[in-house]
Amino acid sequence: MAISRTTTHDDSKVRLRRREWLHNLGRAARTPRGAVGLVMVTFVGLVAAIGPSVAPYSSTSFETVPFGQPSKSYLLGGDVLGRDVLSRVLDGGWQLLLMALAATIFGVAVGAIAGISAAYLKGAADGLIMRTVDVVLAFPQLVFALLLVSIIGPKVWIIVLAVGLSHAPQVARVLRSAALDISESDFVKVVELQGVSSTRVMTGEVLPNLVTPLMVEAGLRLTYSIVIMAGLSFLGFGIAPPAPNWGTMINENQVGLASNVWGVVAPVLLIVCLTIGTNIFTDAFTRVSLGIGRSERVDVLEAELGVEPL
Amino acid sequence: MNEIASSGLLGTTTALRLSVRDLRVSFTDDAGSDVVDEVSFDVAAGEVLGLVGESGSGKTTVALALLGHARRGLTITSGRVLIDGRDLLSVSSRELRILRGSKVAYVPQDPGSALNPTLRVGTQLEEAMKAHPGAVADIESRIDELFEQVHLPTHTGILQRYPHQLSGGQQQRVMLAMAFSCRPGLIVMDEPTTGLDVTTQRHVLDTVRNLCSTYGVAAVYVSHDLAVVSELVSSVAIMYSGRIVELGRTERVFGEPVHPYTRGLLAAVPSPDRSEVLKGIEGQPPRPGHRPKGCNFAPRCQMRVAQCVEAPPLVSVSLRDVRCWRAGETASLGTVASEAIPVRDVSGATILDVANLSANYGRNEVLHNISFRVPADSCVAVVGESGSGKTTLARTIVGLHSNSTGNIEFGGATLASGMKHRTKEELRRIQYIFQSPYNSLNPRKTVGQIISQPLEHFFDFTRAERDDRISAALRDASLSDEFIYRHPHELSGGERQRVAIARALVVDPELLVCDEITSALDVSVQAAIVELLRRLQSERQLAMIFITHNLALVRSIAQSVVVLAEGTVVESGLVEDVLERPQHAYTMRLMADIPKTLAIRS
Repeated sequence: MAISRTTTHDDSKVRLRRREWLHNLGRAARTPRGAVGLVMVTFVGLVAAIGPSVAPYSSTSFETVPFGQPSKSYLLGGDVLGRDVLSRVLDGGWQLLLMALAATIFGVAVGAIAGISAAYLKGAADGLIMRTVDVVLAFPQLVFALLLVSIIGPKVWIIVLAVGLSHAPQVARVLRSAALDISESDFVKVVELQGVSSTRVMTGEVLPNLVTPLMVEAGLRLTYSIVIMAGLSFLGFGIAPPAPNWGTMINENQVGLASNVWGVVAPVLLIVCLTIGTNIFTDAFTRVSLGIGRSERVDVLEAELGVEPL
Repeated sequence: MNEIASSGLLGTTTALRLSVRDLRVSFTDDAGSDVVDEVSFDVAAGEVLGLVGESGSGKTTVALALLGHARRGLTITSGRVLIDGRDLLSVSSRELRILRGSKVAYVPQDPGSALNPTLRVGTQLEEAMKAHPGAVADIESRIDELFEQVHLPTHTGILQRYPHQLSGGQQQRVMLAMAFSCRPGLIVMDEPTTGLDVTTQRHVLDTVRNLCSTYGVAAVYVSHDLAVVSELVSSVAIMYSGRIVELGRTERVFGEPVHPYTRGLLAAVPSPDRSEVLKGIEGQPPRPGHRPKGCNFAPRCQMRVAQCVEAPPLVSVSLRDVRCWRAGETASLGTVASEAIPVRDVSGATILDVANLSANYGRNEVLHNISFRVPADSCVAVVGESGSGKTTLARTIVGLHSNSTGNIEFGGATLASGMKHRTKEELRRIQYIFQSPYNSLNPRKTVGQIISQPLEHFFDFTRAERDDRISAALRDASLSDEFIYRHPHELSGGERQRVAIARALVVDPELLVCDEITSALDVSVQAAIVELLRRLQSERQLAMIFITHNLALVRSIAQSVVVLAEGTVVESGLVEDVLERPQHAYTMRLMADIPKTLAIRS
């Protein structure tokens, strides 16, 4: 058959496009912006992950004088109670990171379900979901999380749930507007015309086309989760005191800034590095996915000549 | 070479107004690859040259280059555009701005987006003239004069209206008035009638023709529609993949086409006067930057020879210029022959019986008392202009539109209005193919997944059975098995529409509803799709409703026809009866207004 042998398709290209978001992640990592973001995130991730096993001292034992100056045996000095700051920094990240991750996944999932359902089901369901979203949106995120935690108490799962739920409205808004267009596509109507159930249309046809906005949202929300988690710890609503935590550390050690700055600066630097890194990488991913700054040649081919290049 | 070759083209005493020499436009970021190249032609005063090509042929790129403009990412690398002896490409950007509008004018494809929606029409016309001080002495009397020439009434206050308050035809007339306002020497028109109904198109074309001869301008008319071009223009340039492949007087080029591409294109154009087999051109044009060595058309050409790996020069053969090594041989082939479709009997039992169907959008009734039957083994075409309600009719039949009254009987049982109230089996037996192949395939799925989806939903096949059916469906749609792993974005428009056809046919429907399925496709691709459907329909004894605005297509696919106007059936019957002996004034007008290439072909 002679049809369409004119362009040779090389196999790897086809396979790569099959998971477009994965392909885009790779491309984002190769942009300068994406690489910087990825390095920052990886650094903090490594500190949090292998930190506990390389910490020189126990993070809860009293080793040196309160706010002791950095020395050979205590590289970052002592904290408010004389515990080793380096050990506490190394040990205090994994829990924060895991909680932020869990909250993000939970929040994005709830928000996505709400947003896509609202866009696809329309009518009363849309009204109900979006008005609820509007009400929750009226609270500032941190205040909303604080409210839930102060009512039920500072348990890990409550913090995760509270932070996650505070994300859901924003995610729902973004996903709803992205899903509105797609719900109107002919390919969705094709499946509806077969009598396929709404749930299956949403998961099978609509959702796969929303992976890119979902990833962008997830990246952005992860940044916020980290900040809110740390903020909650700083305000004393985090994990119970003896356990180390970057947010709590900033709070505890701020009184000793004059004698040992590292008790505050080290956790601050890590949090800054993590949030900015996540944000930069998400930005790089968005740019790659949306084609911002791609070559003009591709634009010309696509828009003007009616050809979609690979 | 080009100068010699094209000088014989006009061979008359009229003064040349426009002369294009060796125009080349290439990508800015890549000096190697051109979008168009070696474009040379002349247009005399009062003449219209048709620039014809399918999508991606570079015709719009050439049109814009005539105004000294290149789109973002493109650069005019070389060549001359001489208007009354002055090279537009060598003047400064300030001079160019003065020349645009006064010396060269442009009429865009979509007047709706070319007119500023926030300004009154009169204001915009005045602006166009004020931009060139001294060009027009008395603006008000000039507008009156222009409106008379473009057949717009001045007294009804059109000048005071905003663009959205005008019809598409009126908007395009305003654009024409604006283009002619400063009496330019060259007018470039980029598919100005594409969005218009045939009757409006006819009127706009008449206006264009009159204006060009009245003003003695040189006009370049860009179009993909061969019929429109053959009626309007005196000479024509056929473009393929960035080159002019054939250039000459219209009656020569269309009457006795020489280049294999021109011949293929003409064989693909449907005719409203005869039932004939449409022949598409296999394959697709190469993209700029991926063009083959030598002749760009060679990979799709049935007359390809060894010499085609070298780029053929433009040679003068039987009173036109042709870019083909075998022009000498093809010149003797004469008119493109067509193969008639034998008339088919349509005595089959009725499978779909639509009786007194009315449909509403809100309180607005858009379909009034529609009644017609579809025999089980034949194709019924539903034709009408935009707004006639033909798509609403299709959507009501398949159940996408539920706000309707009346009776739709399918296979002896009454169909509920709205798909939600229909049984799974009913949904399977009626399949719908959407207009745009760019929107009807899920971009995240492979072709295999797309075709497999309805199979999984309607049947309980094993994996192996399913795979067999998918392969068979692809084969039926003239696609090979290797398409299974492709994604829609890797396919051309025609291939996508074939996938949509395969998806519809894989569940063994009894009625296929096709809604303008070729309107987004090029004519050579349209021919292949229509031919495929015609073959499948008669092989499978399938009932089909073919919705179209293109009356000419009807003859090549349908046995009977229903003519819709403003939501009512004005005429219906066998295709030969209705198209050859129309009884209703509306059908007669439609038939009279279709542009025809046939006048030249026979």
